[in-house]
Amino acid sequence: MIPPEFEYTAPESVDEALQALTQGGEDAKLLAGGHSLIPLMKMRLAAPSLLVDMRKLSDLRGIERANGGFRIGALTTHAQVSQASELGVAAHAAGKIADQQVRNRGTIGGSLAHGDSASDMPAVLLAAEGSVVARGPNGEREIAATEFFQDFFETALADDEMITEVRLPAMDGWKFAYEKFTRRAEDWAMVGVCAMVRGDFEDVRVAFTNMGGTPIRASAVEEALRGQGRGAIEQAAQAAAEGTDPPGDLNATADYKRHLARVLTRRALEKAAAA
Amino acid sequence: MSTVEAGPTGNGYVGQAIRRKEDPPLITGKGRYTDDIVLPGQLWAAIIRSPEAHARIVSIDKSAAEARDDVRIVLTGEDMTDLQAPLPMAWVPPGVEIKTPEHWPLARGKVCHVGDAVAVVVADDKYAAVDAAEDVIVEYDPLPAVVDVEEAMKDGSPLVHEQFGTNITHEWGLGSEDVEEALAAADVVVERRVVNHRTAGAAIEPRAVAADYRAGQLTLYTATQIPHLVRLQLAGCLGIAEEHFRVVAPDVGGGFGSKLNVYGEECLMAYLSRRLETPVRWTATRSEDMQAAVHGRDQVDYARMGMKRDGTIVALHAKLIADLGAYQQLLTPFIPSFGAFVMSGCYKIPSVRTDIVGVFTNKFPTDAIRGAGRPEATHLIEVMVDQAAAELGLDPVEVRRKNFIPKEDFPADVAPGVTYDSGDYHGSLDRLLGTLDYEGFRAEQARAREEGRYLGIGFSTYMEICGLAPSRAVGPSGVGIQAGFWESAVVRVHPSGGATVWTGTSPHGQGHDTGFAQIVADRIGSTPEQVEVIHGDTDRGPFGMGTYGSRSLAVGGESVARAALKVADKAKKIAAHLLEAAPDDIELRDGRYQVKGSPDKGLTLADISLAAYVPENIPDGMEPGLDETNFYDPENFVFPFGAHAAIVEVDAETGKVDLKRYVCVDDCGPAINPMLIDGQVHGGIVHGVAQAMYEQVVYDDTGQLVTGTFVDYALPTAAEMPTFETDRTETPSPVNSMGVKGVGEAGTIAASPTIVNAVTDALRPLGVNHIDMPVTPLRVWQAIEAAQGRGSGPRASEQGVPEGGAQ
Repeated sequence: MIPPEFEYTAPESVDEALQALTQGGEDAKLLAGGHSLIPLMKMRLAAPSLLVDMRKLSDLRGIERANGGFRIGALTTHAQVSQASELGVAAHAAGKIADQQVRNRGTIGGSLAHGDSASDMPAVLLAAEGSVVARGPNGEREIAATEFFQDFFETALADDEMITEVRLPAMDGWKFAYEKFTRRAEDWAMVGVCAMVRGDFEDVRVAFTNMGGTPIRASAVEEALRGQGRGAIEQAAQAAAEGTDPPGDLNATADYKRHLARVLTRRALEKAAAA
Repeated sequence: MSTVEAGPTGNGYVGQAIRRKEDPPLITGKGRYTDDIVLPGQLWAAIIRSPEAHARIVSIDKSAAEARDDVRIVLTGEDMTDLQAPLPMAWVPPGVEIKTPEHWPLARGKVCHVGDAVAVVVADDKYAAVDAAEDVIVEYDPLPAVVDVEEAMKDGSPLVHEQFGTNITHEWGLGSEDVEEALAAADVVVERRVVNHRTAGAAIEPRAVAADYRAGQLTLYTATQIPHLVRLQLAGCLGIAEEHFRVVAPDVGGGFGSKLNVYGEECLMAYLSRRLETPVRWTATRSEDMQAAVHGRDQVDYARMGMKRDGTIVALHAKLIADLGAYQQLLTPFIPSFGAFVMSGCYKIPSVRTDIVGVFTNKFPTDAIRGAGRPEATHLIEVMVDQAAAELGLDPVEVRRKNFIPKEDFPADVAPGVTYDSGDYHGSLDRLLGTLDYEGFRAEQARAREEGRYLGIGFSTYMEICGLAPSRAVGPSGVGIQAGFWESAVVRVHPSGGATVWTGTSPHGQGHDTGFAQIVADRIGSTPEQVEVIHGDTDRGPFGMGTYGSRSLAVGGESVARAALKVADKAKKIAAHLLEAAPDDIELRDGRYQVKGSPDKGLTLADISLAAYVPENIPDGMEPGLDETNFYDPENFVFPFGAHAAIVEVDAETGKVDLKRYVCVDDCGPAINPMLIDGQVHGGIVHGVAQAMYEQVVYDDTGQLVTGTFVDYALPTAAEMPTFETDRTETPSPVNSMGVKGVGEAGTIAASPTIVNAVTDALRPLGVNHIDMPVTPLRVWQAIEAAQGRGSGPRASEQGVPEGGAQ
């Protein structure tokens, strides 16, 4: 658990950080909460030559409501997100990430930038149809969740870009649930299901954690339920695994994950409907 | 049985739930673990380990690492041929040959498991060492690996050690010769294949070693449970006389058996320090600890239990196929045999036999992990009792009651050839049922099933054998372990009246500092605060055997008690002399040595010790000082027992098991400190529940270790456990003066069948009649799918159906 040698800098501003990142080249990495990157470094699976620590970028912390949505600073911790109940499903899901120590250090921007589809926030961002704001040498751009996640640990973020903000629509009138299936409380989800229901099923969103290389929207379930009622949940949930190709691992075969997706989709929708 | 003047005689500290003296430094960051010890001029070692499960070493190119400025030396196995002996294996059972390959700290010629050490780099700091290790280029010629123990037994299997022509290390048996006849006479024979999978010790402090050789004297700091035995064994490997060799076990952060060994890294650091004449150290990373600290369990067991239709057990045959891994560590081949001694369980079974086959595979060696053979045997017996009850349509509690050895039969001789010292198996089960409301649960279970919910209850009524050990029974001409198993103690009262107690045991979390202080305080008329217990340093007291096998209290504590009584006896003589009374008229009351009937005439321990060390007025011919030593070799083992029950709910859709209640009644004799007992029972249960539900060391088919970190090796946390409902009965052992037995392993021994029986009970309405550990959601779901005739379930052999040929 001993990382290789690296350079370290902790700039005072976003601009300085981006400059350091660019100058550091492709082996430079941004460090936010460190709960994904540092373990990889200690196991020598990642060996960045330069760490650009974001800890002094205090502008990137905090949550504010603006223009019908929420702007969440990239350095806002999971613990802070979990306590902001106005965020709805995002707060609920953030409270289920790992354990308290991880939630106190890990950040929403860091988690999304890591691009791990077994993490909880990617599915939430996708279901909520949120976006991230990225800044790089050529300025700022907003990337929709649908565009952001590309494959296992691959995102639309360029090497010289930084997530500065996460944008979530205010989901007024939506009810929600996030069903996370784990062996131990602190584990990554074997499968997670984010379900959101507006009014009496006027609209429905369902997204999966850890059912593929990216978070996945369960479009077939959504279509089968939209405009229907609670009575249609059981039938609709049967379509949950359609089109998914989840990776098997130590704890779950692909078949089992597809089975869990169906069960958890039904449970999440029932909970959301009853919320 | 031995008799010693019975204590306690002083202030009544024994029996009190006194808080652990050792905790304040440990929980405020003031502990001193091996990795905390800084030695002047120390260098850091990093070990290059094999990524191959089985391969010839073609070449090792050290040149790039050696060229680095901050590297002091790079060594391979071939550079260390001046070692005097390979690493030790200490079991030589009379009449049985155990195939034991030479096992060196660094591999010579070939590697036999992932993580096998092939080279070492010593550098100026730990970062430099790990960086340089990446520059050592090892070329391997991979060989086929064998991972499955039953595959390894077949003709044509890859051979872990070609020179033996087989992977079978030995066969060994214990118990009744007439077991086949007894089984043939049974009404019903229940047969099952039960897999007891591989687990890790997973101590939170990984292994760590720091060696300091200077001016002909070697000091080795190591995270071990057995400092004296490490010194004895490594003295032989290194060719260093014991009198020039000191081993220190400072604070040790858990062991669970994984530090009950003599490891290559201990030998290697000592060797390097001597060669470089400067301190050299190494601390395992978590991943190193997962791949190169002994694992436990890993048996495939075939049981046949002969029953009468009324539920009487008439015979039990157990065939244990033990996956020993690639080498023989200190007690690797012995561990399954330890289980054979408890194969009769709590039951009066006329004929019981255990036959064991040891087998090499391309995995790290197994050895003693908490319970060491007894959890495997107990799991097998207790699962079989439930299976037999179900097959006969009887209640599992009633089958247990019917077969218990009755209280009046103790001491009880059992078929495996040991004599249980004491027991009251009905007593602990009755007390458990009183807490549990068994009938109420069965009614609730029936209601829940109507709602489509699956509740289950599981029992485990266990006994175990501990208090290692009577040397004549276990030593070279007995079971064949090449050691004695007595324990030593020194009680040294200082001139000012405080006392230092030395114990040859070597605690690593158990609480000896507190419990032993209570024992001594009562016996010499002091307080636990004034009694300091020291251990784990070969230079500070007599030879001792260490801490394992739930031996510390029943053997080490008894030795401490006996040394304390010798001190008290001398103190009484001095008090009698000073008070002008007869020694027999002096009694220790309320912490004072008083003349019986004259409480105003008395002396404190401090008064007496001052007189002993300034000996102007002590009895003629008496030696000065107040300092006594004891060596205690027990005449029998001790046999704790108890009854455990678990209530689970299984989510039949997802397969997830929710442990809702865990209730237990344990009997380890009279309590020295009930809080320490609860701590041991809690930890023990977690360890057993962990094996049943969470933890498993997994190697894939090519021998790669899949569970190399705590992400994949699912050590449970408090969040996964219910609040345990613990209770005790106290049946004194006749073996020692305090009547005490061990309790460090009891919870682990009892817990795994409790869980598996509960899960099986819950799943029976779904057609699942047997399931092996760990009962993960995936495994439970697959078992349900298979039983319901859906999808791809586990293969037949994972459903407890013997595939034949292995009897």
